[in-house]
Amino acid sequence: MREKLIYALGIVAALYLVRNLYVMLLQLPDELAQGPIYRIFYFHLPGYFTGATCFFLGGVFSILYLVTRKWKWDSLAVSVTEVGLPFAAMNLITGMIWGRIIWGIWWTWDPRLTAALISALIYAGYLMLRKAIPDPTERAKNSAVMAIFAFTSVIFTYKSNEWFRTQHPAPVLSLRTGGGTIEPAMEWMLFHNWMALLMLAALFIAIRWNQEERRREIESLRREALAY
Amino acid sequence: MIAQLWRIARKDLHSELRTKEALNAALSLTVVLLLLFSFAFDPVADEGKQWSGGLLWLVYSFAGALIVNRGFARELTNDCLEALRASPVSASALFMGKTLAAFLILLGVELIALIPFSVFYDAGFGGHWATLAAVLALTTWGVTVVGTMFSALTVNLHLRELMLPVLVYPMLIPALVAAIEITRGLISGTAFDPVWFRLLISFDIIFTALALMLAEVVLVE
Repeated sequence: MREKLIYALGIVAALYLVRNLYVMLLQLPDELAQGPIYRIFYFHLPGYFTGATCFFLGGVFSILYLVTRKWKWDSLAVSVTEVGLPFAAMNLITGMIWGRIIWGIWWTWDPRLTAALISALIYAGYLMLRKAIPDPTERAKNSAVMAIFAFTSVIFTYKSNEWFRTQHPAPVLSLRTGGGTIEPAMEWMLFHNWMALLMLAALFIAIRWNQEERRREIESLRREALAY
Repeated sequence: MIAQLWRIARKDLHSELRTKEALNAALSLTVVLLLLFSFAFDPVADEGKQWSGGLLWLVYSFAGALIVNRGFARELTNDCLEALRASPVSASALFMGKTLAAFLILLGVELIALIPFSVFYDAGFGGHWATLAAVLALTTWGVTVVGTMFSALTVNLHLRELMLPVLVYPMLIPALVAAIEITRGLISGTAFDPVWFRLLISFDIIFTALALMLAEVVLVE
């Protein structure tokens, strides 16, 4: 049943992504000032949102693990963080490609870029910590604590960066600006692609979660076998 | 709680002052790094005043990682950590005691390292000693409270000495940026934005509260 759900989710996500690609590449016009490169934004911002959603869920699952001590939450926490990291990387890399074309440089030490890089590093550290602890109970507990620290620190870094001046383009979504800064069709496309990427993320998380549960089962069986 | 906290801190300070393990290592590290950085940048150039504050905090954070790392690693021999856990000391008192000890040791190292720093890098701090003391104390507390927490998380790892800095430095960036900006202002004699002090204070409050909340989880079970 679970397997079939995963397959179904995969097919829907793939179809949705193809539909989005068709609309954004063939139907929507070029942006006035930037030309065709602006389309990278359809992956840049949704990638960031998807990564941030994953990291947020990672924090929630970690708290749930500490409260309930159920393995399921630990498995979910590692799955969402592992899936979130490539989406955060997608955000960084698409941003760099865009920056190369529009700004003429791959990287600038702009606060928002720096903050995004810092959070990617922090979550990479989380995954490293997990790999380094052999005992499963200690691993689950310590990495849950690290995830809570990590999430707090990421929010704090972003907030503290608001006090800097920034080179990064200002928010364009009508949610933040009250409308008028972005063509509605383009804004819709952003949300569509966010949904598609979220579906993709959900698919990866489901697969990774399955894997993690099985790995845990093997681990405990091995322990049992060694105990005799 | 305060009495327990102080007892733990005193115990750590005693054992550190007797063995001088972290102290000696941290002090020599700061001098070596100050020497190395002088080759990477020209310390007597005018623009030196712009970056030497940042360099000072890099040196301090390296020393800090070394010191907080010892905090829990010291208890590994003879299973002292188990004994501490079994003792009637509460987890938060144990954690805060260790943080306080690391704070005092690191602060001592920082104060001593200020002397070679001011000599090598011709930094006078413009006589703003109170501001300097405040930024030293606030940042050092932030570094040690987050550092001690991560020292507890990584105490059983094989690559402990390596993992701790990798995990902890990205977390410390807001505090270090604030400290660097203030110190740069002091050294170069330009005004700095008071917002950096607010950033430091909120960093300390948030992470101290978080560490107190989670100390029980990390240390007891």
